[in-house]
Amino acid sequence: MSNTSAHITASCIIRGNTVVKNGVRVYEAPPDVTLPEFLRGLYDRYSGQYPKFHKMDLLSKLGWAAAEILLQEVPMEHYAPEDTGVILANTSSSLDTDERYAETMKEIASPALFVYTLPNIVIGEISIRHTFKGENAFFVADAFDIPFITGYVQQLLNEGTLQAAVCGWVEQYHSGYDAALYLVEKKPRNGSLPFTANEAEKLYR
Amino acid sequence: MMNVFVAADNIISPLGVTTRSNVEQVLKGAGGISRRPGGGYGAVIPPGTLEPLADAAQLQAYTRFEQLLILSVKDALSRTHISLRNERTAFIVSTTKGNIALLEEGDVPTLRLHNTAERVAACLGAKNKPLVVSNACISGLLAILIGQRLIRSGQFDHAVVCGADLFTPFVLSGFQSFQAVSDEPCRPFDAARRGVTLGEGAGTVVLTNQATSLAGMVARLGEGASCNDANHISGPSRTGGELAGAIRKAVAGSGLRPADIGFVSAHGTATLYNDEMEAKAFHLAGLQQTPVNSLKGYYGHTLGAAGLIEAIVGMHAMFEGIVPATAGFQQPGTSLPLVVSGQPRQRPMEHYLKTTSGFGGCNAAMVFSKVIL
Repeated sequence: MSNTSAHITASCIIRGNTVVKNGVRVYEAPPDVTLPEFLRGLYDRYSGQYPKFHKMDLLSKLGWAAAEILLQEVPMEHYAPEDTGVILANTSSSLDTDERYAETMKEIASPALFVYTLPNIVIGEISIRHTFKGENAFFVADAFDIPFITGYVQQLLNEGTLQAAVCGWVEQYHSGYDAALYLVEKKPRNGSLPFTANEAEKLYR
Repeated sequence: MMNVFVAADNIISPLGVTTRSNVEQVLKGAGGISRRPGGGYGAVIPPGTLEPLADAAQLQAYTRFEQLLILSVKDALSRTHISLRNERTAFIVSTTKGNIALLEEGDVPTLRLHNTAERVAACLGAKNKPLVVSNACISGLLAILIGQRLIRSGQFDHAVVCGADLFTPFVLSGFQSFQAVSDEPCRPFDAARRGVTLGEGAGTVVLTNQATSLAGMVARLGEGASCNDANHISGPSRTGGELAGAIRKAVAGSGLRPADIGFVSAHGTATLYNDEMEAKAFHLAGLQQTPVNSLKGYYGHTLGAAGLIEAIVGMHAMFEGIVPATAGFQQPGTSLPLVVSGQPRQRPMEHYLKTTSGFGGCNAAMVFSKVIL
């Protein structure tokens, strides 16, 4: 299979109460700010107009906020929705929400929590917000396997299955979290990097 | 595109512990759904089925979920010369909830899906790390599609794709909280359908690109696609347009027309909205005259195993030239009519289509073809 070139046209790394977009630190909260407060801060700073955000679990809020920041000022309207997909991975699946949901089983099981007991719901939330209707996949691994994710997405681009993808890592369990999203496109934009595992790794570390 | 074949398969379910026993039961019309001791219905593997097999294989140290996966993979691999010890064999595990039945015990490492997959992989002597796919109810079919892609990437010659989920209070209470559980065995596509019946089981397919190692009638994977409705996280698309798009990609990508599809093995959960969405999608994709079936009336909804179990039954029904019956179906119940039947029917065919849909707005579709090698 020939390797047609693709490009990382945007990136967003969120960890340690800090947001780095395209390699530049753009947002920081003090270390004593809790994860729910931090995510609310990101919502207020980067959106403020998406009430569904408040119903999401922390994993979806994290992934949704990362995608929001990733795609700000990046027009995607020229793509057919079915040509844009979301490929994500993490290590804790939806375990944090599984525990919260199980707590409600003792009284009245919460449908609002139950729906978030699947890790791919964050793909759904990002897809709804940005009208991405192409390929989905959610993988669960011990760590962010960048060569695998970049290889899989490259293959989908090569096959013509996708023209653009949001891919990466969205991990959250209790207070621990780590997100790294990449926008990958066949066509470059200003400041884009070659889509390779090495470049993705450099942005992540 | 490189051809990928199914070298062997296995199903462990309330209907049996081999593919053969499962297919025989389905084609006879014998279902796995029964009344649960606590009330309600479920398709649960009867006590005493798994234990002797697990004991014989010395799997006492593994959880029931892990035993299911290990036994399923071992049975499938025993029918091939393919080994997980080969570095050219990928290992893929599909599940939504893994060991969630053990949540109350609070042993967090056991609950982590990649940990449980790694225990299974180690038990089976797998050379490669397991790849865990957890994408709601499309996981099993998506895992087959991913296995095909991994082989086509050139990195692997074979892929062992397995999946399992258990009948648990965790999942049952969740579907009940949505008021999505039927108070009788589920009735896919029927006018009186009232929701899902949950099930449990495991399925395995062993994929290979090496046709020379196979003989007789085998299944070749056609093209497949996944997609997202981008509409709602717990309700399906209003139009079915997205699933229809994935179906069109799968059928046209396989060089086929809708008329070439022998039948559609639908997701058919028997919720009002899912079956309605599928009916619209099948019409949009030009499959309104193609027989449609759902196996949920036999297996219940087996979540991360459903796509695998149902794809395997579909393949063997295709070999036999039979469209399986839709257990529980009596009266048409979708706004657009489908060719659904409560009885099996003979139909010569070369291809069939499997579809799945799930929470998070995800759908997947894949064509399977029969070839004589």
